[in-house]
Amino acid sequence: MNFEVTNMIFALPEMFMLGMACAILLVVAYLGEKGTNIVYRLSQLTLAITALLIYRSLGESGITFDGTYIKDGFSDVLKMAVMLINIVVLLYSTSYLKSRNLFKGEYYVLAIFSTLGMMIMISAAHFLTLYLGLELMSLCMYAMVAMHRDSKLATEAAMKYFILGAIASGMLLYGMSIIYGATGSLDLATIAATIQAGGLDNTVLSFGLVFLVIGIGFKLGAVPFHMWLPDVYHGAPTAVTLFIATAPKIAAFAMAIRILVDGLGDVHQYWQGMLIMLSVLSMIIGNVVAIAQTNLKRMLAYSTISHVGFILLGVLSGSQEGYAAAMFYALVYTLMSLGSFGMIILLSRQGFEADTIDDYKGLSQRNPWYALMMLILMFSMAGIPPLVGFYAKLTVIKSIIDINLISVAIIAVLMSVIGAFYYLRIIKVMYFDKPKQSEPLEAPAEMRVMISVNALSVLALGLFPGALLAVCASVFY
Amino acid sequence: MSVEQIIFYGFAAILLFAATMVVVVRNPVRAALFLILAFFTSAGIWLLLEAEFLALTLVLVYVGAVMVLFLFVVMMLDIDLTPLQEGFTKYLSLGIVVVALITVEMIAVLGSAHFGLDIVAAPVPHPDGYSNTKEIGLLLYTVYVYPFEIASVILTVAIVAAITLTLRKKKSKSQNVGEQVKVRREDRVRLIKMEAVKKEEVES
Repeated sequence: MNFEVTNMIFALPEMFMLGMACAILLVVAYLGEKGTNIVYRLSQLTLAITALLIYRSLGESGITFDGTYIKDGFSDVLKMAVMLINIVVLLYSTSYLKSRNLFKGEYYVLAIFSTLGMMIMISAAHFLTLYLGLELMSLCMYAMVAMHRDSKLATEAAMKYFILGAIASGMLLYGMSIIYGATGSLDLATIAATIQAGGLDNTVLSFGLVFLVIGIGFKLGAVPFHMWLPDVYHGAPTAVTLFIATAPKIAAFAMAIRILVDGLGDVHQYWQGMLIMLSVLSMIIGNVVAIAQTNLKRMLAYSTISHVGFILLGVLSGSQEGYAAAMFYALVYTLMSLGSFGMIILLSRQGFEADTIDDYKGLSQRNPWYALMMLILMFSMAGIPPLVGFYAKLTVIKSIIDINLISVAIIAVLMSVIGAFYYLRIIKVMYFDKPKQSEPLEAPAEMRVMISVNALSVLALGLFPGALLAVCASVFY
Repeated sequence: MSVEQIIFYGFAAILLFAATMVVVVRNPVRAALFLILAFFTSAGIWLLLEAEFLALTLVLVYVGAVMVLFLFVVMMLDIDLTPLQEGFTKYLSLGIVVVALITVEMIAVLGSAHFGLDIVAAPVPHPDGYSNTKEIGLLLYTVYVYPFEIASVILTVAIVAAITLTLRKKKSKSQNVGEQVKVRREDRVRLIKMEAVKKEEVES
């Protein structure tokens, strides 16, 4: 039993966030609807201070709370990314919520608690904390999707999300229990050590692994466990879609790395085959089905599925370069997805959702600057140099060529070419079609500035990808 | 066969039967009652494992609180059950095939070949005076304090989420006596002068 206060300091960002979440909850309870602006500012302040706390403790690493909590470079970088992304998410979503009578304190409370869940997942060194963090994150998101109760689509989306999420959690838990049966431990480090020592029953181990991979596949949204994703992205209010499409993907990626690499890295040959299947299917189905979509939110949902396929490519390579490439891809994807959904919010206004592709017709004539920003985001998603999406695709494909999976690499390249079609269609519609409407864009100044910063950072990271690549690489070496 | 084994197989058989009935039975109230039976029998199996505290908690919390609430909800909601049961026979054959496959696979992996007594040793019975509750408490507040705290946060979020989704602002139904007393006749009653009309005119 190791129970010293000095060790708990590692979890200071989580503790601070939990304290602030409770404080914000009290503000919501006492001030009601009047205090929502205060709640919004407090939530952003909380995220900013937590980011600062993480920044101040960079470089320290260790395991505390009897092996249930781990702080290392990996967790620091991902948590930092989650904080920064969620600050922007709250900024984007606020203007959306305000114009739709959804501007309520509960949204921010749930967002903060959900962020806490993500941090717990990223810092989990134990199956128990991993699972509890996942449940904390998901539970908040189910409620957020259902918050717009007058919308039938949102309620349906929340039901689907909740039921499939529960099944996925069940799969994950079952897999964890089988791994416990095989290794006698729930602690990821102990599991890794037991497997390394050898003499284990590999049938049982791979049986448990199947369920774990299914659970991870569900949470990431990889084919064939992707059915919930388009419906949820489409049905949820765009502000919530923005939230669930960005930071939770980083947390799910962290979960995949913690389970598959930290815990079961030595049985890499068992899970590699499963991930190849998930990855190839995701790239094919995601990219091909996205072509047929007329709704931009649905199209981005299928594009998410295909990007998940690319992230899995890096993970399945089993090399440090591959993990770093997958991490780079996950961070970059989140940044691009943030910008794209932010753009939908920017172009929407009260009583009108800019979520069909037709709504983007002639955007360059209505507002050339935002058309340019959308162009950067779409080109980056398609993976066209010199934007950052290109380097993300390049590094993951390079990592699988290094392990001689040439056929998979060829499929990946072919699929990114097919994927380019539907991203380029948006650009064609923006620049070469006649505008359907002429209303000026109405969005608060901070949102306009932020979305420009968001899109330009995609360009800047594309021109100078070295720093972020180095950070991702430093985490795994 | 020892007494323990007879009890185990008895409970296990009832548990499997009850669990199957929960899925198969048509009436949701009966399904809930079968679920209670399933909880009771699994509590019995846990008692055999010397997990007395957990067995009692299962009975008290799940049977005593959760399932009673559940029964209330099932009885209070007027759900039309026919559309829910429509697909049952249609998917039955496919379902049976899938269930059979999964069962065979699970028996193959989880059977005595991989989890037999020669691989996993039988648990040693605890000595007299061993307190299950004390041991769980000790672990819960020391080694597992971090997961324990997270679980409490999840429960908080469950309350917040439930309130967010169900509480709607209603107009206050409370009486304001002062307002009631201050009411004057002019506020409530309006006198209208009307010309007298004949019956035929009204009809036309």
